[in-house]
Amino acid sequence: MAQTRPPIDYIQRTRDQYSGLGYPVYRWVESDSPPEFVLLKKPLSECRVGLIASGGIYVKGQVAFHFADDVSYRVVSTETETEDLRIAHFAYDVTDARRDPNVVFPIDTLRGLVREGAIGELSENAYTFMGGIYSARKVREKLAPEFARRAVEDQLDLVLLVPV
Amino acid sequence: MGLIARAIESAGVPTLSLTSALSITRSVNPPRAAFLDYPLGHTAGPAFDRALQRQILLDALAGFETIRAPGGVIELGYAWSQDDAWKDSVMRPRASSGKADQQETFEDDRTPRLNAPQYQTEEDQRLAEAALARDGCPTCIFLD
Repeated sequence: MAQTRPPIDYIQRTRDQYSGLGYPVYRWVESDSPPEFVLLKKPLSECRVGLIASGGIYVKGQVAFHFADDVSYRVVSTETETEDLRIAHFAYDVTDARRDPNVVFPIDTLRGLVREGAIGELSENAYTFMGGIYSARKVREKLAPEFARRAVEDQLDLVLLVPV
Repeated sequence: MGLIARAIESAGVPTLSLTSALSITRSVNPPRAAFLDYPLGHTAGPAFDRALQRQILLDALAGFETIRAPGGVIELGYAWSQDDAWKDSVMRPRASSGKADQQETFEDDRTPRLNAPQYQTEEDQRLAEAALARDGCPTCIFLD
């Protein structure tokens, strides 16, 4: 018999695991205000699309990520050959991502959607970093403003975010 | 990533976050999200299944047109496997040596937090170090 289970509560499981290992409680970000909300200005088929992914993707020839609160990021041309994409990440099983980067960086999928006309075009560059940054302050003060600036400068109509 | 989504949207650009961790997404509360109930590391679909990867993105992107209120989450209806059994072992204690009298314990299965870049291949490291020496790798942005 097929049994379905509810979605994993990663916050609770992290709490259980840390407490089982004798570590202090990790405090996940809890936003106390609703997010801003902006509607699309045109149909998806006319939109210029940006991609930001946190699965530790880099391109052969770029510096890989390190595993201690790395707040750097990489500029990845959306014309990069898929076989030149690499993965460095400490917090998830990267086996499938190294075989097929599209599982965390859907670049071929998006290129296909442009070809079939479902979305207008891809921005020249995607941006990648490595999540698992313990310090929410570093994300808020360093990475977030940088990506917001890039989204405006790149004249994006929408951004697809792919965390791990 | 939710903090980044909120910042981009505050700058006037609509965002949608794919996610496989619903509780974390709800806590950070990004403007729009699409939840795929898969094991971590497959946020955009299963490896090499181009048709399903395409459908997942189409379903998610539709959220830009169907989500009408801040914090809306679409639940994508795809299951990783028929019985969801993969969920039972994620971040759960294990019997450490298989003996029946052993208590179940949590394993610290996290990778050490190393300060040096962790290259996928040795060739990557050689190429990156050459690029750094040549021009500092302009597509590598260090914010520290």
